[in-house]
Amino acid sequence: MAAPTTLPSALADAVRDESSLRRFLHGLPGVDQVGVEQRAAGLGTRSIKKASKLHAIDLAISMVDLTTLEGADTHGKVRSLAAKARRPDPDRPDVPKVAAVCVYPDMVKTAADDLVGTGINVASVATAFPSGRSTMDIKLADTRFAVEQGAAEVDMVIDRGAFLSGRYGQVFEEIVKIKEACGDAHLKVILETGELVTYDNVRRASWLALLAGGDFIKTSTGKVQPAATLPVTHVMLQAVRDWKEQTGELRGVKPAGGIRTTKDAIKYLVAVHEVAGPEWLDPNLFRFGASTLLNDLLMQRRTQLDGHYSGPDYVTVD
Amino acid sequence: MSDRITVAKTYKLYIGGKFPRSESGRSYPVTDAKGTFLANAAHGSRKDARDAVSAARKAFAGWSGTTAYNRGQVLYRVAEVLEGRREQFIAEVATSEGVAAKKAQSLVDTAIDRWVWYAGWTDKIAAVLGSSNPVAGPYFSFSTPEPTGVVAVLAPQQSSLLGLISVIAPVIASGNTCVVITSQDRPLPAITLSEVLATSDVPGGVVNIITGRTAEIAPWLASHGDVNALDLTGAPESIRADLERAAAGTVKRVLRNKPSEDFAVTPDMSRLRAFLETKTVWHPMGV
Repeated sequence: MAAPTTLPSALADAVRDESSLRRFLHGLPGVDQVGVEQRAAGLGTRSIKKASKLHAIDLAISMVDLTTLEGADTHGKVRSLAAKARRPDPDRPDVPKVAAVCVYPDMVKTAADDLVGTGINVASVATAFPSGRSTMDIKLADTRFAVEQGAAEVDMVIDRGAFLSGRYGQVFEEIVKIKEACGDAHLKVILETGELVTYDNVRRASWLALLAGGDFIKTSTGKVQPAATLPVTHVMLQAVRDWKEQTGELRGVKPAGGIRTTKDAIKYLVAVHEVAGPEWLDPNLFRFGASTLLNDLLMQRRTQLDGHYSGPDYVTVD
Repeated sequence: MSDRITVAKTYKLYIGGKFPRSESGRSYPVTDAKGTFLANAAHGSRKDARDAVSAARKAFAGWSGTTAYNRGQVLYRVAEVLEGRREQFIAEVATSEGVAAKKAQSLVDTAIDRWVWYAGWTDKIAAVLGSSNPVAGPYFSFSTPEPTGVVAVLAPQQSSLLGLISVIAPVIASGNTCVVITSQDRPLPAITLSEVLATSDVPGGVVNIITGRTAEIAPWLASHGDVNALDLTGAPESIRADLERAAAGTVKRVLRNKPSEDFAVTPDMSRLRAFLETKTVWHPMGV
């Protein structure tokens, strides 16, 4: 097994072969379930108001991966999404643009053509999203196609079946190969935490993805319930924080699915600040995978600035 | 045997078919006409109003989409449950408004009859207010009334049940959903009405009932971007003009009926008509 980067000796040792990888992952400290849930709930009650809220809203908007992953997607829908990504609230030019637009591989070119020169990335899901049930060749071809079409970010799914059966080596190899196929594109590794059952598994999968070279670890596809939850995101944020302590490298986290309101988004930002650190309050290191969240952020932004409640009539229809 | 200890009540709000406490955690004592303590009511805040508007918006598609006939049946069912709670309403109206039992009984009976009267209107509105229009061209042109949307209702301060029903029933009969701020000092009949609505077939969110200070919550509803119309009946005189101005900011329909309105007389269609839009369709005959 080949380590993707030069790692400190303890970590380099972990990826030497499958049995040492297993030993490393099972040697990670267990997650205190009650503790992490209580801490997540406790931080969730923190009150963010007025100027700080406005700042948090703008930050959250700039972190959104505006997503459409439906069987019914059309080129027209992707183009309108790209327009919304460039200028989320056409009445208010000071609203920041979103971080990226996330689509299926066949829609990448449409989105990329519309976003040239805007600084907004096109992210593509790949590797037989959302189930990940296909052969390695097809997953690689899927990834290469997305990158050729212009994707600057690739969201891959791990083989949860292999992970849950304990075939960590196989999952590791897959991530390494996909990372190679990505070239310069950033790789986000979707753990699909809703299928991993325990927080211990989430911690192991996070470390596995980081060891294999994932630039981001992402909670979910959005197709499985439960999707992103605060405690799961806490565990993943702890992993990237510990990764930085051991290697000096900054890796990102992306919760996706089920984050619909500004209140939720701010709870996540508080978690980022408290668990990982203020360094991670940056669109390069933290993203929201969402579609309906953006409208709620825009409505809340208007409410803050106008002094009265806004409504869905004042933002674009998705 | 000792006297039974009375069950002290602290009522809650009625939002989206549920009975939440006020987000603010506040409540206020409700007294009868002579100042004797009756119960605690939730002291609603602007955030409760906001939640109620979201609930009303969520319920609008379903409620406005049901057939007029079905809406009539649902409203008639409410009248049945109102009738079942008749004694409770009589007692509450008597204590709240400080009237004799006989007068209270007549007020409650009129209120229930008023509800039935509006229930009967649901499937007749389109026939009375709609039309096929004679136009100078080869088109078939017709107009139909459609509900305005989410209506914020400031319920009358004096008439705690008859007045309340006279302002809610016409709003929901035509397919609107509403957020109601009850009479500030006489909220108990409105709270019982929310229990009636929760146990009849009215979908959650169609009527949302908030108790509290009208002057505190009303401005937030008047300026709310997702409220389509405002009924000023129970608005304190001192803030009526401000509420109208705020409502104009988001182009709401405003019903400016005065608090002095006599609810005992059989109404006309004006309250029904106040919260309707007219949709006109031009249809090419194509021959």
